Amino acid sequence: MANPTTVARGRDSSPSPGRRRNDRAARASGLPVWSIPYVLLIPGLVVIAGLLLYPMVQLGIMAFQKVGLAQIRGTRPAEWVGLDNFDKVLSNDIFWSALRNTVAFAFVAVSLTLIVGTAVGVLLHRLGRKMSLFVVIGCMFAWAVPPVAQGVIWRSLFDAESGIINWALNLVPTWLLSPPDGQESWSGTPWLNDTIPLYIALVVCVVWAGFPFIAVSVLAGLKGIPAELYEAARVDGSGAWRTFRKITLPLLKPVFAVLTILSIIWDFKVFSQLYVLMNGPTNRDGFNLSMYAVAEAFKPPQKLGTGAAISVVLTIILLIITVVYVRQIVKQEEM
Amino acid sequence: MTPLARKRLGKILLNTAGILVFLYAVFPVYWMVATGFKANDQIFTTEFIPFPTHFTFEHFERVLTEGVANNSIWLYMRNSAIVALGTVLIGSAFALLSATAIARFRFKGRGTFLVTLLIVQMLPAEGLLIPLYMMVKRAGLGDQLIGLIITQVALTLPFGVWMLRTFVAAVPKSLEEAAWIDGAGRMTTFWRVLFPLVAPGLVATSIFSFITAWNDLIFALYLMSGSEGYTMPVALQYFFGQKGVDWGAIMAGSTLMTIPVVIFFLLVQRRMVSGLVAGAVKG
Repeated sequence: MANPTTVARGRDSSPSPGRRRNDRAARASGLPVWSIPYVLLIPGLVVIAGLLLYPMVQLGIMAFQKVGLAQIRGTRPAEWVGLDNFDKVLSNDIFWSALRNTVAFAFVAVSLTLIVGTAVGVLLHRLGRKMSLFVVIGCMFAWAVPPVAQGVIWRSLFDAESGIINWALNLVPTWLLSPPDGQESWSGTPWLNDTIPLYIALVVCVVWAGFPFIAVSVLAGLKGIPAELYEAARVDGSGAWRTFRKITLPLLKPVFAVLTILSIIWDFKVFSQLYVLMNGPTNRDGFNLSMYAVAEAFKPPQKLGTGAAISVVLTIILLIITVVYVRQIVKQEEM
Repeated sequence: MTPLARKRLGKILLNTAGILVFLYAVFPVYWMVATGFKANDQIFTTEFIPFPTHFTFEHFERVLTEGVANNSIWLYMRNSAIVALGTVLIGSAFALLSATAIARFRFKGRGTFLVTLLIVQMLPAEGLLIPLYMMVKRAGLGDQLIGLIITQVALTLPFGVWMLRTFVAAVPKSLEEAAWIDGAGRMTTFWRVLFPLVAPGLVATSIFSFITAWNDLIFALYLMSGSEGYTMPVALQYFFGQKGVDWGAIMAGSTLMTIPVVIFFLLVQRRMVSGLVAGAVKG
């Protein structure tokens, strides 16, 4: 790790082809050989430092400042307010309901996505080649739909009057599931106004869009497990469920670790779908942390400092999860 | 039941499950496209109408000619395309340089750089939005697409580098060494040997960046001060009017926005998985 390998080659004292080559290479680019990787990294480093790390520091600073319209225009400098922003946020009920919504949603959505995705992955593995490809291509459609369009689609499916969901619920016999509030039918039942039905719709939407990635990853993992293991298990009289629990799950553990963490990170900051389903940051009870931060920062009167404080909380939670993810990747992969 | 009959039954059950999964995945997408082609009397009904029997181009025509939020839909499509392509052009060049550095050289700070990449890749865009908004406004780019392009380059670069480095590493070093022995310089080797071999990976990475930039809602929504700068995801929000939702138009608009993504997506789906799960999936 200490020296570029090319340096070692260039120091060869014998007049070997290696030496001539490097002399010429160094002359051609006009740079000492050791500096080449650093030169190549400059644009990437500038972007990462200037547009990712520096803004993160700025976010931390803004969380302790009052930043309103005057500060955005640059007519007045930002004013230090100490912990005021955090005080205001933490004493607001909306923050706690947003935190609860975020965590509960992530828990339910991640669990369901993993369960559905794994089941489909196992199914794909057992299907014939053609059928498997057919289903994978179908799954690609759900996966490829842009988040905003996902929101649009499910908003129409959950529509009170013309939505398919209410139509389908009308087919369920009333002794099993009766329409809410003593109504005659489900038609006209709004889903997207109250927090809990809204989040049910969001879970359905996110699981639908998220399961294909899990399924395809699990399928890739399953293909890597040698068939002899299953053969041996079958000879020993192991049943399907036992084989799954004792062979498949332990061998796929690293895959599941990464998939779980990625899903948690993605579902924690879900924004576009929620934005479409709730029709913009309107229903304060239905906010998650992302929506709350954005609403504070950008809905007039703009309070960027308060928004930054909420973002800091969200970012810290995500960074903790990210550390677990990075450790998992570093453990698995020799970089 | 004979073993043979049992096997056949098992196969039927499996294939049925497969078809159900297919329908579950595809139906909502189908519904979007189908609604775009339905006449209004078939959209605004509590009945379930699986196929548009009153087939019409009315919604697509209206979306494409009338537009929304005082602008033509073509303007938003053009904005989306400029942002996505700009992100791809700048981002891919930067990513290729960084990926070459990581995959081809061992240098001081390499490990730190890799870990930094992994971490910044996970930074929430929502957290970056507020400080980037300030930076873009201060730089006077509040109504220019270049401001959006810059933020999208930043958001896609870490994953792009992470994904490309495996493609660069997969090109045998001996090929480059052979070129050197034949007298090629470093630049020639890069352009004539490494670049053509990494090109498929570069395409995959570019498509990933394209999709991310094309799909972005949150940055386009808050960084652009006027509707002239809106991209498709923002423009779609304006179909949800005060008077009620124009489902035909919004489904037509969503379909137009989804088509390029689906096409690109089908091209690169394999790479997406291997890139995201990195070393976790072997084989």
